[in-house]
Amino acid sequence: MARQLKFNIFRFNPQNPESIPHMESYILEETDSMTLFIALNRIREEQDGSLQFDFCCRAGICGSCAMVINGRPGLACHTKTKDLPLEITLTPLPVFKLVGDLSVDTGTWFRSMYNKVESWIHTDKVFDANAIEDPMENDIAEDVYELDRCIECGCCVAACGTARLRDDFMGAAALNRLGRFVVDPRDKRTDKQYFDVIGSDEGIFGCMGLLACEDVCPKNLPLMNQLSYLRRKMGIVAIKQMFKK
Amino acid sequence: MQTIYKDVLIIGAGLAGERAAAEAAGAGLSAVCLSIVPARRSHSAAAMGGMQAALANSIMGEGDSTDVHFSDTVKGSDWGCDQEVARLFADTAPVEMRRLCDWGVPWNRVVPGKSKYFKGGKQFDKEEKEEKRGLITARNFGGTAKWRTCYVSDGTGHSVLYTMDNRCAQLGVEVHDKVEAIALIQDGETCYGAIARSLRTGELVAYIAKATMVASGGFGKIYKASTNAVICDGGVHGAVLDTGVVPLGNMEAVQFHPTGIVPTDILVTEGCRGDGGTLLDVNEERFMHIYEPEKAELASRDVVARWMTHHMREGKGVPSPYGEHLWLDIRHLGEKHITGKLREVYEICTSFLGVDPIHQLIPVRPTQHYSMGGVRTNKDGAAYGLKGLFSAGESACWDMHGFNRLGGNSLAETVVAGGIVGHKIVEFLENYECSIPTAVISRTAAKQQQRIDDIISGANGKENVYRVREAMQDALDKGAHVFRTEEGLTKCVETLQETLQRARKVGLQTDGYGASPELSAALKIEGQVKLALCVAYGALQRKESRGSHNREDYPARNDRDWLTRTLAYWKNPDDDLPTLEYEDATPSYEIPPGDRGYGKMQIISADSKEES
Ligand SMILES: Cc1cc2nc3c(=O)[nH]c(=O)nc-3n(C[C@H](O)[C@H](O)[C@H](O)COP(=O)(O)OP(=O)(O)OC[C@H]3O[C@@H](n4cnc5c(N)ncnc54)[C@H](O)[C@@H]3O)c2cc1C
Ligand code: SF4
Ligand code: SF4
Ligand code: FES
Repeated sequence: MARQLKFNIFRFNPQNPESIPHMESYILEETDSMTLFIALNRIREEQDGSLQFDFCCRAGICGSCAMVINGRPGLACHTKTKDLPLEITLTPLPVFKLVGDLSVDTGTWFRSMYNKVESWIHTDKVFDANAIEDPMENDIAEDVYELDRCIECGCCVAACGTARLRDDFMGAAALNRLGRFVVDPRDKRTDKQYFDVIGSDEGIFGCMGLLACEDVCPKNLPLMNQLSYLRRKMGIVAIKQMFKK
Repeated sequence: MQTIYKDVLIIGAGLAGERAAAEAAGAGLSAVCLSIVPARRSHSAAAMGGMQAALANSIMGEGDSTDVHFSDTVKGSDWGCDQEVARLFADTAPVEMRRLCDWGVPWNRVVPGKSKYFKGGKQFDKEEKEEKRGLITARNFGGTAKWRTCYVSDGTGHSVLYTMDNRCAQLGVEVHDKVEAIALIQDGETCYGAIARSLRTGELVAYIAKATMVASGGFGKIYKASTNAVICDGGVHGAVLDTGVVPLGNMEAVQFHPTGIVPTDILVTEGCRGDGGTLLDVNEERFMHIYEPEKAELASRDVVARWMTHHMREGKGVPSPYGEHLWLDIRHLGEKHITGKLREVYEICTSFLGVDPIHQLIPVRPTQHYSMGGVRTNKDGAAYGLKGLFSAGESACWDMHGFNRLGGNSLAETVVAGGIVGHKIVEFLENYECSIPTAVISRTAAKQQQRIDDIISGANGKENVYRVREAMQDALDKGAHVFRTEEGLTKCVETLQETLQRARKVGLQTDGYGASPELSAALKIEGQVKLALCVAYGALQRKESRGSHNREDYPARNDRDWLTRTLAYWKNPDDDLPTLEYEDATPSYEIPPGDRGYGKMQIISADSKEES
C-alpha cells in the first residue's frame, strides 16, 4: 500500500493584502521514486495553483530549489519522499527576502555578494585573439574548479547563526568564492587587497566556526578548510598591518 | 507601469545572452538581460559534457583543424545546415575558448605522459606531449573525427556560465531576474523592446531598446518528458510568433536522447552504454542486438532512441505510474566501475531515484533533449521580418545544426554566436536611430493587461491551464516524437488544433495575486500550443527523413525535394495553423550533400532533380 503523505507548507503572499503567514496541509499519495519536485508540482497542479516555489534544473545543479525541509536547509529536487517521515514540513529559507510561500529572492543577495567580493579575475592582461592561451597546470585548474562548484543555493547562509544575526555578514559562500580567486594564479590581487574585502566582522572574523554551513552544503564544498585557511591567511595580514602602524 | 530604457535589451541571461551583453557593454553600450531565474541558474549551467573547438592540443586531437570541425558539423546536420554559418562557427570557436580562459574558466589542461582511456568497454593507452603541457585539453564526444570537446571536470556549463556572469558584473551589465518577457513591442516593421511581468510583484514593466535580442534557450517543455530545465518552455518563442512577421525555422527538427531517467527526465550519460551497459525490456531481455546486430546498444543516439520507441510500441515497455519505460542495466560493470568512472550516474540514480545501480535496474526512456529550430535569423543573428530584433543560442535558428546537432556543439554555439551577434548589434547601433512611437508601447501594454485581467476573471472561459498543457504534451508525445507518420502527425495536428481552442479559454482557478505561477502558465499556453503546431505541422509536411526528423513512411533523405529549411509564420492571431514557407538550406556549398556516416540511410540525390 502506498503511503499517504501529509505536507505542511508555509503560505504567505506578500502581494495579497488579505494574506497572512500560516501553515497549510496537503495530502498526497506517494508514488515510486517520488521527490519533493514531483510532489510539489502535483500539489500545485492538482490542489492549489497559487502555490509558489522555485525549481529549474530539477537535477541538483542550479541551486534554485533550496528550502527548509523538516527543519533543515536542503535542495528539494534532491530529496526523495521515501527518506522522509509521513509528515513533511516545508518552509522558505530564512535570511533571504521572501517572494511568496516557499520562494525567496536569492538572486539579489548573491549578486550583491559577488559585487562585494569582486568575483572576477583582476588582471592587466588584455585578451589577444591571435595568441594561444597561457598554460596552467591541470592540478591548479582542478583546485580552482573544486571551489568554483558552489551553486549559490543559499543553504549555508540559511544555516549560519551569524548570518541570521547580522545582515551584513558575507557568509561561507562569499568566503568560498573569494578563496576561489585566491588560488587562481590569473588573479593578481594581493593578500592585502583580499584582506580589505573580508578582513572584518562582516567577513572572516564574524564566523563562529560552528560549521553548520559545511553540514548542509549539497555540493559538499570544503567550507571548513576554506574558512580556516582564510582565517589563518587573513590573521597574518592583520598582524602585519598592526606592526606597520 | 515602469518603463526602462536601454541601448540593448536581451531576453535571457544564459550563455548566449550574457556573451552578447558582454560584447555590447564592452563597446560602451548600456545593456540589460532579463531572466526568469537568477542568471547563474539558467539552463546553460546544467551542461556537463563540454564544448567543441578545434584547438588540437590533446594527442587525440592531433591533426584537428577548423576544417575538420566544419565538416563534422555539416555531416552531423545531415546537410540541413547553413554552411556559411557552420564555417563561421568552426573558425571562431577556438578564439572564444581562449577568451573564456582569460576571463577565468578553469579548463582542464594537458598533462604530459601516459594515461589510459576507454572505448566501447576496452582500454587503450595514449601519451600526451610535453610541449603541450598546460594548454586546454579535450575529451571524446560522439560524432566527431577528433577529440575536441573542451571541458571543466563534470561542470563545464556551470563554470563557463559563472565566469560569464562574473564578466557581466564587472562590465556593469544589469541582469533583471525574476522578470518574464510576455510580448514584443513592435509595429510590424521595427522592434522596440518587450513587455515583461515581474515574478516578484506581478506588475508589468516596459523595456524599451533600440536593439532587442532573444536568447531564451530551448522550448523542450512543450513535450512531457524533456531533459530541459522547467523554465525552457518556449514563452518567448510564442511572443515572437505572435508578431505575425517573424518566422521560426525548422521547428520539426527536435533531438531526443535515449536515456532520460523516469520519472524526472534527468539525463544519464551515453557513457553507460559506451562502457558496456545494456538496454532491457519488460521481460528483462536485451533487444538492441535484434535490430542493430553489429552495434547493438552502441548505435548512435537517434538510432537507439528509435529502436527503443519501436520496442515499446511492440508492447515490451515496462508500465509505471509515469508511463512506459525500458531498463538500463549497468549492474555487471561492478561496483568499482560504477562508483568510479560512472560516478555521476551513480549519484543521479541514488539521489534522484532511490535506485542503487550496482544492484538495481535504471528506468529510462527516449526524452526530448534539444531544439534545433527557433527564431530564424541571418548569419549576423538578425531575425527575419523585424528591424532591431536579433536572436542567438538555442532559441535561434542561426542554423549551424540543421537537422541534428552534435554533442558539445550547442554550448560552443552559445558563446560563438553570442559574441558574433553581440558584435553585429554594436555595429547596427553605430548608425541607427529610431523614434519610439509611444502609442505602440501603450497599446502593447494595454493589450497585455487586458489579457491578464481576462484570464484572472475568467472572461474567456474556465479551462484549467494544467489540463490544457497536458493535452498538448500528450499530443506531441503520441504524434510528433521519435517516429513520425502521416497518420500520427495528422491526428496530432487535429488534436493540437482542438487544444488551441481550449488554450484560448483558459481561466484561473486561484486568485492571480503577485507572482502567481498559475497566471504565468496561463499567459504562455496559447503560444506554446502554437509552437507545438509549428513542430507537428512542419513535420507532417516534410515528407522525408533527415537527421532527427524521422518519417517512417518516407525513410529516405530526399535532397531532390527537401534540401530546404521550413519557415513557420503565424500570420493572423486567430489562425489555427501556421503558414509554412521554404527557403534553401544553405546559400552555398563548401561540401556537397553526401553520406552522413552513421545509421543506415537511403538518399534521393539532388542531381535527380533534372530528370524528374
Ligand atoms: C541536460 C542537458 C545537458 C546538456 N549538455 C550539453 C553539453 O555537454 N554540451 C553542449 O554543447 N550542450 C549541452 N546541452 C545543450 C546546451 O546546454 C544548451 O543548448 C545551451 O546551454 C543553451 O544556452 P542558451 O544561452 O541559448 O539558453 P539558456 O542557458 O537556456 O538560457 C535561457 C535564458 O532565457 C531566460 N528566459 C527564458 N524565457 C524567458 C522569458 N519569457 N523572459 C525572460 N527570460 C527568459 C532564462 O531565464 C535564461 O536566463 C545540454 C542540454 C541539456 C538539457
Ligand atoms: S562556520 Fe562560520 S560561516 Fe559557517 S555556519 Fe558557522 S558562522 Fe556561519
Ligand atoms: S557553498 Fe554550498 S551551501 Fe553554500 S551556496 Fe554554495 S553550494 Fe550552496
Ligand atoms: S532545481 Fe536545480 S538544484 Fe534543485
